[in-house]
Amino acid sequence: MDLAYTQEEQEFRARLREWLAVVLPGLPPKPRPDDWPGRRAYDTAWQRMLYDAGYAGLHWPVDAGGRGATPTQHLIFLEETEKAGAPYVGANFVGLLHAGPTIAAEGTSEQRARWLPPVLSGDEIWCQGFSEPDAGSDLAALRTRAVRDGDHYVVSGSKIWTSHAEVADWCELLVRTDPAAPKHRGITWLAMEMDAPGVTVRPLRTLAGSTEFAEMFLDEVRVPVSHRVGAENDGWRVTMVTLSFERGTAFVGEVVACRRTLDALAAEARRGGRWDDPVLRRRLGRLNAEFRALWRLTQWNVSEAQRAGAGGVPGTGGSVFKLRYSHARQELYEAAAEVLGADSADLDREWVLDRLSSLSYTIAAGTSQIQRNIVAERILGLPKGR
Amino acid sequence: MDFQLSDDQRALRAGVRELLAGRFGRDRMRVALDDGTGVDRALWRELGEAGFFALRLPEAEGGVGLGLPEAVLLFEEAGRSLLPGPLIATHLAAGPVKGAAQGETVVAVLDPGQPVAHLGEADALLVLGPGNGPRESGAAPADVTPVRDAATPVRSMDPFTPLWRVADPVEAGEPLPGGGRLRDEGALLAAAEQLGSAARTTEMAVQHAGEREQFGSPIGSFQAVKHLCAGMLVRAELARCAVYAAAVTADPVEIAGAKLLADDAAVRNARDCLQVHGGMGFTWEADVHLHLKRAWLRSGQWLTAAAAEEVLAGDLC
Repeated sequence: MDLAYTQEEQEFRARLREWLAVVLPGLPPKPRPDDWPGRRAYDTAWQRMLYDAGYAGLHWPVDAGGRGATPTQHLIFLEETEKAGAPYVGANFVGLLHAGPTIAAEGTSEQRARWLPPVLSGDEIWCQGFSEPDAGSDLAALRTRAVRDGDHYVVSGSKIWTSHAEVADWCELLVRTDPAAPKHRGITWLAMEMDAPGVTVRPLRTLAGSTEFAEMFLDEVRVPVSHRVGAENDGWRVTMVTLSFERGTAFVGEVVACRRTLDALAAEARRGGRWDDPVLRRRLGRLNAEFRALWRLTQWNVSEAQRAGAGGVPGTGGSVFKLRYSHARQELYEAAAEVLGADSADLDREWVLDRLSSLSYTIAAGTSQIQRNIVAERILGLPKGR
Repeated sequence: MDFQLSDDQRALRAGVRELLAGRFGRDRMRVALDDGTGVDRALWRELGEAGFFALRLPEAEGGVGLGLPEAVLLFEEAGRSLLPGPLIATHLAAGPVKGAAQGETVVAVLDPGQPVAHLGEADALLVLGPGNGPRESGAAPADVTPVRDAATPVRSMDPFTPLWRVADPVEAGEPLPGGGRLRDEGALLAAAEQLGSAARTTEMAVQHAGEREQFGSPIGSFQAVKHLCAGMLVRAELARCAVYAAAVTADPVEIAGAKLLADDAAVRNARDCLQVHGGMGFTWEADVHLHLKRAWLRSGQWLTAAAAEEVLAGDLC
């Protein structure tokens, strides 16, 4: 049991801090949430800066164009960039955290050479075509069909909750290639070009007022067979690789951000004279324990991954983390509303939009109910339900 | 950074688990419950010989020379097995109080305003200083006999932990060197016991849910039950990371967080375990109530939720 960083890790952190201090003041101002072209430009510019400085794909394997950094170095990177207020990974999220690692793990050498470099440089944006109107938490119930026609699959169906669909170049798409097979067996993973004929994107407005995600309609879209990653009908296994990446590392930076928010809430409560209220004070104190422990849980999971060896897929510990974190984040912004008091309905006040956005955390990337099933069945070994 | 147990730490934990399974397994625990005995002197000495109390004393002073992380692993095992007695006070007194390190002396602790556990069986007494937060507090030894003579027994909720009410102020000796740390360390070790209890009640619930059948299926296949069990594991694992990290840093704020989360995990997991056991859980026969009663008791000892939350709030800028 050891929380000390090695000499090498400390030097890595120091170099990163120096670089951030130089480049961050030169960044353009953040675009509005609804300005999709602006957001793409902003996010890809940041990715390009990371790429030029050698920080892109830090945790990716070297033969996939990454830096092959240790899980601990990746943790330091996420911690320091968040502390310095660097841009969020944003529109590059799916490419860097889902599609890229999946192609790196499962793709052919041609596929890796074609798709991975532009993800790292920020030149191409990916979106995720997994969920469907009737296949959300029950992802394997998806119905979008792909029928083989010579060198192509012809794809028809619809997808939903597709983040960044409006600006994406590529889509990691799950399709059903064998309707007769058991539902987990007949699924295939395809890379689809978003400007292919037959692809229609319709933005969905969230309860926070912005268009974070979209519906996508696919009408006889032709996808080359060479754009299939993994074997035909083996897409479910390939997808599980993707999802474990999502749950393992996606929220590390956010825990750091939540701790900063908690400090800011305490400062605001002091300014507004609310700090004398012991109920509010103790509520913030309890959240401090929560987010400190979530950070320690992150370090625990990272150390476990590091012991398991390079390239290790994050384990089910990600579900334990996500369950607690998504709930804690919602509690944080409920406390923020208490600190804001009469201003808690003012969308221009800091934290009000975050309170609305936090509602998605117990739903997206596998609902809390699905995560509890995963914990109960895969970690505790309880019998599968009907 | 390698925030995982080392091989030595795993071996230490396995050794203590084996010792306690042999000397205080479930059958022995139930006999002790029926006999109404608190401290088993023979077991106390065995624990002393195994280094339970002298674990953190330097080797030059006859100790084992290990640190807080190792102590936390021992107390986690004690919490799992429901081992009774003033373990924390005796461990903290090893060195300054003669015979504590060897398990020859049973040391109780007096936290002013709180009932004193195991006062009737104690050979020595440690008095904690005033102060709500762990930072201000000191500790000093006191003569146990006059305190015991003036104390009245309390009908304790926890059948393993006899309690005494002490009304009069207690005259304590010179504060111990480094005594300011003792409340912190006591809170951390209590958190470790809570963690062990929380992990154990999770196992008990999972085992019962996998065996007990209703409507033709194990109840663990029903989501309502499954989700209770998943929640228990999440609480225990978060508390584990908080407790282990606090043992490594020994930071008072981190310790306060660990105690808060471990109290929560122990109490709420015991309650959920009882719920999973259904009617059986409400009987004297099931061990669940013993975990819950001890967890409730520990929540009020060393550092309460209110005090911990104030320490954690004070850390925010």
